[in-house]
Amino acid sequence: MDPLRQSSPGSSRPSSPRTPPCEMFDYVGIEAVLDQLKIKAMKMGFEFNIMVVGQSGLGKSTMVNTLFKSKVWKSNIPNLGTPTPQTLKLHSVTHIIEEKGVKLKLTVTDTPGFGDQINNDKCWDPILGYINEQYERYLQEEILITRQRHIPDTRVHCCVYFVPPTGHCLRPLDIEFLQRLCRAVNVVPVIARADSLTIEERETFRQRIQHNLRSHCIEVYPQKSLDEDTNDRILNSKIRDRIPFAVVGADREHLVNGKCVLGRKTKWGIIEVENMAHCEFPLLRDLLIRSHLQDLKDITHNVHYENYRVCRLNESHLLPQGPGWVNLAPTPAGRPATPRSLKVCQQAQDDAKDEAY
Amino acid sequence: MVLRVENEELRNLSLSGHVGFDSLPDQLVNKSTSQGFCFNILCVGETGIGKSTLMDTLFNTKFESDPATHNEPGVRLKARSYELQESNVRLKLTIVDTVGFGDQINKDDSYKPIVEYIDAQFEAYLQEELKIKRSLFNYHDTRIHACLYFIAPTGHSLKSLDLVTMKKLDSKVNIIPIIAKADTIAKNELHKFKSKIMSELVSNGVQIYQFPTDEETVAEINATMSVHLPFAVVGSTEEVKIGNKMAKARQYPWGVVQVENENHCDFVKLREMLIRVNMEDLREQTHTRHYELYRRCKLEEMGFKDTDPDSKPFSLQETYEAKRNEFLGELQKKEEEMRQMFVMRVKEKEAELKEAEKELHEKFDLLKRTHQEEKKKVEDKKKELEEEVNNFQKKKAAAQLLQSQAQQSGAQQTKKDKDKKNASFT
Repeated sequence: MDPLRQSSPGSSRPSSPRTPPCEMFDYVGIEAVLDQLKIKAMKMGFEFNIMVVGQSGLGKSTMVNTLFKSKVWKSNIPNLGTPTPQTLKLHSVTHIIEEKGVKLKLTVTDTPGFGDQINNDKCWDPILGYINEQYERYLQEEILITRQRHIPDTRVHCCVYFVPPTGHCLRPLDIEFLQRLCRAVNVVPVIARADSLTIEERETFRQRIQHNLRSHCIEVYPQKSLDEDTNDRILNSKIRDRIPFAVVGADREHLVNGKCVLGRKTKWGIIEVENMAHCEFPLLRDLLIRSHLQDLKDITHNVHYENYRVCRLNESHLLPQGPGWVNLAPTPAGRPATPRSLKVCQQAQDDAKDEAY
Repeated sequence: MVLRVENEELRNLSLSGHVGFDSLPDQLVNKSTSQGFCFNILCVGETGIGKSTLMDTLFNTKFESDPATHNEPGVRLKARSYELQESNVRLKLTIVDTVGFGDQINKDDSYKPIVEYIDAQFEAYLQEELKIKRSLFNYHDTRIHACLYFIAPTGHSLKSLDLVTMKKLDSKVNIIPIIAKADTIAKNELHKFKSKIMSELVSNGVQIYQFPTDEETVAEINATMSVHLPFAVVGSTEEVKIGNKMAKARQYPWGVVQVENENHCDFVKLREMLIRVNMEDLREQTHTRHYELYRRCKLEEMGFKDTDPDSKPFSLQETYEAKRNEFLGELQKKEEEMRQMFVMRVKEKEAELKEAEKELHEKFDLLKRTHQEEKKKVEDKKKELEEEVNNFQKKKAAAQLLQSQAQQSGAQQTKKDKDKKNASFT
């Protein structure tokens, strides 16, 4: 709140012919708009939709519970009697959580049955279909004549993909899935159940996965092509170095050195979830919640949703595309629109070349 | 087969520890700060009423502008953009001035350029929103967020021009009426003037901007400020020494009017309301109320509907296809017409040319004939002339012969005479 004081009241110097910057002589109060924004945002509340994808038993539900420090899912240890689901059923649950006056409407979508069948061909279709259906819902609301003041946002902002800790490299199923999904949604891959790998194994596994991702032109979040300026790039490069995070989830508390921490108790020790030396869960939590939540939402809205919209408005009609030609055809049933973003692939190839030097 | 089960249990969860999403408002604010803010103010008022000075005073800076003349033939809007920065907030401020408002003798159409300008900004945003490949987050928003209506300090009531203009603008923009040059009105007159203005606005159904009172933090201050509408302001960029400080003021022989003294004028209230408390609300109202209204009207005008009478949802596609076919049909018809007209014109021209050709031929024949005749005449005359010449020659020859004969005979005669004479002598 420092008032801008000028030593001599000079007249404004136009630096560009369109918007000359002006020197202000005293405090006006423009920055109060930041507080106004905050108040409005807090009154309206926030929305966040997250999807967890991975095979059964990788600890997805536990991870979600750990992330949001609450019982998002009632514990669903599968009974031995129930057969594995024959089809992929997506299961969403919505909660409102509040912290220090900030209300968050959290929607978590689980994908039980993913990758569990013998033949997993096209198992990503229901997931892609769900994601595109949310985009479609938003689009339909947006093109109404009388629209709501605040369109409810059910679009998936982030998809956390759980990679089984084999220690080798990405499996074909993983690669297929990631390739398709990265073009439609922000994907954050994590190494699940990382307590089965030693620190060195984790590092090699991570390097191999990064290499796999690069060679298949898979751009996970934070996307390199969407960095806005050097600050962003520096910050995001640090994150990109550590992707995929090796995480461990736990929802039980244990006593360690007199403190109550979340962790997994085994015969050979207690794995503390929030200890950076043990696993990288804090990194994941910080990325998803504390620092990049708004960014995830913005990229979903400005990039992925716009891509979907462009495809949707262009498909199945060979109309001349002049400005203002809005053409909406009904979605052909069951076919999810996969937008092409060649820029992503080329950028990845360029990066591979750069790193080769 | 895919079965999707959605379980909407909107229950409040209790958290057993610090998750960390209380940083969300800060994340949001950081994003907005890096993008910068846009704010557009429209100043409507007569020439010389103090619009530019008030803007300078409000934003504490000297915007470059020359005072307008009174000779404008019509009302035109002049927009100027400036970039202001305060600590880490960048504001792109656009000030739109109505030049020549209230100067004409016939002011019937004075409001039209203003309404057109506001609509044009909405239209530009709508066009961007309807594009297939759009970039809304990069878009420089030029829609007018606040309209400051400058009321002349007559002390009686609103002018009819004011009422008409405000009525036309109230559904398109947030109007904040202010009394300009308020240092010309005495305090008791001011109170009467204000209540007269407000009652006139109410009785004419003019909807001015209501300061929001639904949030506890701002409700109180907004409610107290609303009582003082319309704000009586004085603008000044000159500083006068008051006590031991320099303050913005206007110096008169009978005293000094301090701009930032709440007893002297409502400038501070205006600044509070416009900038420090409600700037974001003004922008939001413009987007969610005025722009949506414009968009709804525009789309309905173009023929789109959300549902048809059977309450089946209309797809935009059908309407658009119909419109497109209509449009193409019209295009084709026009093309046909043009083609036919072209063919007709060509035929006409051809006929004309043929006519002209025929005429030319005839003329040529005529000329030829005339030429022949003339030639013949000339030849005849030539013959005649030759005959005459021949005759003349003959006559000449005959005459010469006769002459020579006459000479001869004369000579003979003279000789004879001479002989005779001579003979007589002998």
